[in-house]
This record gives sequence, C-alpha cells and structure tokens, in this order.
Amino acid sequence: MSALVEAHGLEMEFGGPSLLAPRRRPVRAVAGVDVTIARGEALGLVGESGSGKSTIGRLLLRLLRPTMGSVRFDGHDITALDRGAMRPLRRRMQMVFQDPFGSLNPRMTVGAAVADGMLLHGLATREEARGRVAALLARVGLPPEMAARPPRALSGGQRQRVAIARALAVEPEFLVADEPVSALDVSVGAAILALLRDLRAERGLALLFVSHDLGAVRALCDRVAVLYLGRVMEEAPAEALFRDPRHPYTRALLSASPARPGRARGPRIVLTGEIPSPADPPSGCVFRTRCPHALPACAEDVPALREVGPGRRAACIRNDLVLP
Amino acid sequence: MNASAPLLRAEALSISFPTGAGLLHAVEDVSFTLAPGETLALVGESGSGKSATAMTVARLHGPEARVSGRLDWTAREGGTVDLATLRGEALRRIRGREIAVVFQDPGSALDPVFRIGDQIAETLRHLRGAGRREAAEGAVALLDRVGIPDPRRRAGEYPHQLSGGMRQRAVIALALAGQPRLLVADEPTTALDVTIQAQIVELLRDLQLREGMAMIFVSHDLGLVAGLAHRLCVLYAGQVVEEGPAADVLAAPRHPYTRALLDCVPDIDGDAVPPRGIPGRMPSPIAPPAHCRFADRCMLAEAACREAPVPLIAVAPGRASRCLRWAEVG
Repeated sequence: MSALVEAHGLEMEFGGPSLLAPRRRPVRAVAGVDVTIARGEALGLVGESGSGKSTIGRLLLRLLRPTMGSVRFDGHDITALDRGAMRPLRRRMQMVFQDPFGSLNPRMTVGAAVADGMLLHGLATREEARGRVAALLARVGLPPEMAARPPRALSGGQRQRVAIARALAVEPEFLVADEPVSALDVSVGAAILALLRDLRAERGLALLFVSHDLGAVRALCDRVAVLYLGRVMEEAPAEALFRDPRHPYTRALLSASPARPGRARGPRIVLTGEIPSPADPPSGCVFRTRCPHALPACAEDVPALREVGPGRRAACIRNDLVLP
Repeated sequence: MNASAPLLRAEALSISFPTGAGLLHAVEDVSFTLAPGETLALVGESGSGKSATAMTVARLHGPEARVSGRLDWTAREGGTVDLATLRGEALRRIRGREIAVVFQDPGSALDPVFRIGDQIAETLRHLRGAGRREAAEGAVALLDRVGIPDPRRRAGEYPHQLSGGMRQRAVIALALAGQPRLLVADEPTTALDVTIQAQIVELLRDLQLREGMAMIFVSHDLGLVAGLAHRLCVLYAGQVVEEGPAADVLAAPRHPYTRALLDCVPDIDGDAVPPRGIPGRMPSPIAPPAHCRFADRCMLAEAACREAPVPLIAVAPGRASRCLRWAEVG
C-alpha cells in the first residue's frame, strides 16, 4: 500500500504573545506528530480533550496550516499551498463533522447541499447532478423525497447521512470524520458507523476517524494512534492495540471506557488527577503526572516513539511495560 | 436491598407538555420503587422520557408540565408525602435536604460570580442552619470529601478556574450539603472525558456506600450503568419497556429493545460483530400508537403486537417486560 496522506513533525501552536497580552503563552495543540495513511486505510485518532486529535484532522486537510512540519497528499507537498493551488486537491479530501446541525446550510435543500460540491468542481451538469443526488441519498439510506426538504426537517442521524452523502458526492479518496456519532443516540450512531464501514470498503476510501470512543474506533479502524496532550503515546494495528495495549495511558483509557455489559475486565485502572493544560504541559513525558508507573527519569526527556512490536510504536521508557 | 420499606414509590406517573401541535406525552404510566441506599438507573435514548421522569421526582419539571399519578416519598421523620403534588413549605423541606440533583452540565449548577466555597457555605447555612464559620469549614470538608485536592485553596476559586471534572465534583459537594437521602443524577458524566468520567463514577459509588444515599441515575450508556446500578428501568417512547435487577437485565434482556440497545454498544474487549444500529425511528410523542411502540422497529413483531396495548408482563421475580414475545428474546 502506498501512502496517500503523509505528515512529518506536525506542530501546531495557537495563541501566543500579542500586543495586548505580551506574556501569553502559546498553546501547543500538536507537538511533533507523524501520520501516514495508506490508500483505503482507516486510521483512528483517539484521545481526550486537549489531545490535539481534531487539530490533526484539520491539518491533514490543510484547513489549518501547521506551525512546523510538512503534509503531503498523494505525493504533493501541500504544507504551504494557497487556496487556489489547494482547490483541485480539495475535491479529493472531504470531511464530516461532529455537529450535524451546524454543518449544513439551513437555506439549502438537502438535494442542493449534496449537489453543491459536484457542480462547484464541474463533475456534473445540473441534470446529471439530480440523478446522482438521488443515488447518493439512496446509498446513505435516505428516501428520494428527502432531496426537497430543508435540513431542519431532518433528525440528527438523517443530517449526518446527508453530510456523508455530500462528502461522497465529489468522489474523494480521503475522508476525515471528526466525532461523527458523538452527538447522536446510540442506536443511530451505530447505524452511521456501519454506513461508514460499508462505504469505506465499497469505495476504497482512506479514512481518518477522530474519536474519544474506543469502541467506535475498534468497529471501524485498521490502525489506531492514541494521543495525549498533542503527542502520540502509542500507535498500533487496531486488533493488537485493543487486545494487548502497551502504553500506560492506552491501558488506562481502555480500562476507563465502559465495557459492553457482561464482558469481564481486569481490575479497573482509575487515573488520578486532571489532564494538564496544553499551555503548560509537564516536562519530559507529558503523561507522567498521571501515570501509575512514572519514574523520576520520566520528567527529564520527551520519550521517543519507538518500535515495540511489529507495526507498533510506543512513547514510554519503561521497557518492562511496553516491550513484549 | 428491596426488602426494606421503599424510600420512593412511583405509581402510574404520567407527564405531558402542551405544544402547538398538541399534547406531548413525555412519560406514560411509569411505576417503580426505590429502596433506601439503592441505585435505580433510568436508561433510554433521546425522547425516552428518562430525564422527564427524573426531573419530576426532583420537582424540576417546569410549570408547564402536566403530571398525574403518585410519587410517594417516605419522609425522614416518617410519614409519606406525594412529591407530585407537594407545594410551598412542604416542598422546600424536601428540596436539597432529602432530594438533591446533579446535572450533565456542571456549569449550570454553579453561579459564575461566586467563589465555590461561598456557594457551598451558603447552601449549608440555608439547609442546615450552620453559622458563618461552621459553614465555611463545612464547605472545605465537603470539597475534600468529593476528592478535590487542596480543598481550602479551591474553595476560594471561581467556577471558571476549575476543570470540567473538578466542577462536577464541586456540584456533587453542593448536592451533598443538605445530606440528602436521594441523589438524582441526570447524565452526570456525559460531558466529561473518559478518564475523568471513570473518576466521577468511582466517587458516586463510593459516596453512595459511605452515605447510604439512594440514587436515580439517568443515562444513555448501558456500559456505564452496568457497574453502578442495582435496578434498571429501560424506557422507550415514554414507557418502561423492561425493568429488573441491573445485572439480570443486562445479562439476559427480555425485551427486544433492550437487546437491540445492548447490541449497539461497540465491543471494545472482543470481536463481537460490529453493531448496525436499530432501523427506523421512535414514534411521535404527540400521537404515539396505542399498540406496542417498538413494533415498527422490532425483529420479533407479529400481528398481535399491533392490535392492542402491551402491558408490562411479570417475567421473573422482580422483573417485567412489555413484550408479548419476551420468552423468545435472547
């Protein structure tokens, strides 16, 4: 598999000193992250508030320009491309957002919203677009009469289906889905995940799935990167990560996630303390202040993300924990 | 746990709200009992009526709600009062002192312009008649009890200076101020990060054991409820569709909706088939069907399910299901 999306040394800072606040410290939302996504591959980005997972999604789509590092899409360096130069590539990368109520223009009918991108990129005439919209709506599980309705007449789940149809309308190769089901009811969210899974397989889409929900990630992704305060703590094939988590943070995160009722679990790991502020991260390993296995040495250097098994890497100096 | 006299007995509770399109039936004919020290989870999706039920118990349902049925509460000093009709002084005696509430959004329960400690102290003075100094000390002790580190310093801070998890702890401290016998918690961890959610669940479980408080825990998350609740009511479209001991219901549901909802929880620990959701939508709360409300989305539905209302059927001691084919649910 060749890499479709490749980012190296991504860093993103927000804020920082300004005329009115000369001493304000910048928030380092992403602090040196590498991401590679192969064609057709689904990568899950998992983390809690302040982990930088949503920012990484926006950086890969170049909705944000990184402070440092590079982003390549299908071999093109897009790190510094301007709007005009990005335009032909925009069609090939699409996004589905968390909030299905904010992501659709309330003045456009569902049909117009889905057709919009096709017309904009000159992929279809108005006549052709009508037929394609009907087919897309059917594919995402919506009846054809939905095309004439305004978004406000739709439920949250239906809106998210429209958002997916709209993204697929321009036949992208890469889709970023940022918490697409976290605003939905469980039964509706599960159906949206199933739809994404089917579409991915059917169209060979590469997917970046940003989520705090490990269960959803397991159901959808091939590979998972676990983030904490802007850094990757562990990265592994999904199956291996869930079966045998190595990094202490991954272990705690898995343990804290509610199990499906009836599933046996080992002793619960409840982390103490708070997630530190990304404006003032701890020295050395950013997780050390909550890590049950931290050593004095953990405060010294930022641990390297190193190979700890086939296709898996972890950023932790404790060999006894991360090596098999 | 149910052997002792109930703390609360809900009897045929119905709640509706007038809307432009007609009367919205949020809750219909819900009955349950809650023993002292017991945790009852009300589980369901949006529109199930779980929050409306809990808010009515806490008498925070809003003036436009039409409530019928009974909510018999065994008062601390003995005797029974009906929470559904309680007013004035009698209601004030219950609020905070016997029943306290924790909401999903900790911001809404705290006043942004007052220090955390002062807000709790004020509540202690009001509910327990504490003196100024005693109340200030009591506030620090409560913050300590809910696991806020350095409580004396935190007491002097404003809500915006606290993280979401700390704010929710402060709200729980505020709820504990009146030494309530029932805590109504409406999705108290939904807005929090997973590792912080685990801390709050741990705290609630621990407080409940130590204080012997009963709890009504409203949640959409069956996985979360599994570790916390003694009893479970699953609600769908305003009705209880299944109830019983939490462990039994979750291990072997007897209603197709409970089964389907369980199957929607992605399996983190194993390789169960990824869920596909439940097709269809909940019926309108304005004109719900008279027959089984889940029938249109149910794999087991047959003609009889669409003929007449389905009653709650006793399926085992302490367990009931609103399904004609409950024995076939696996």
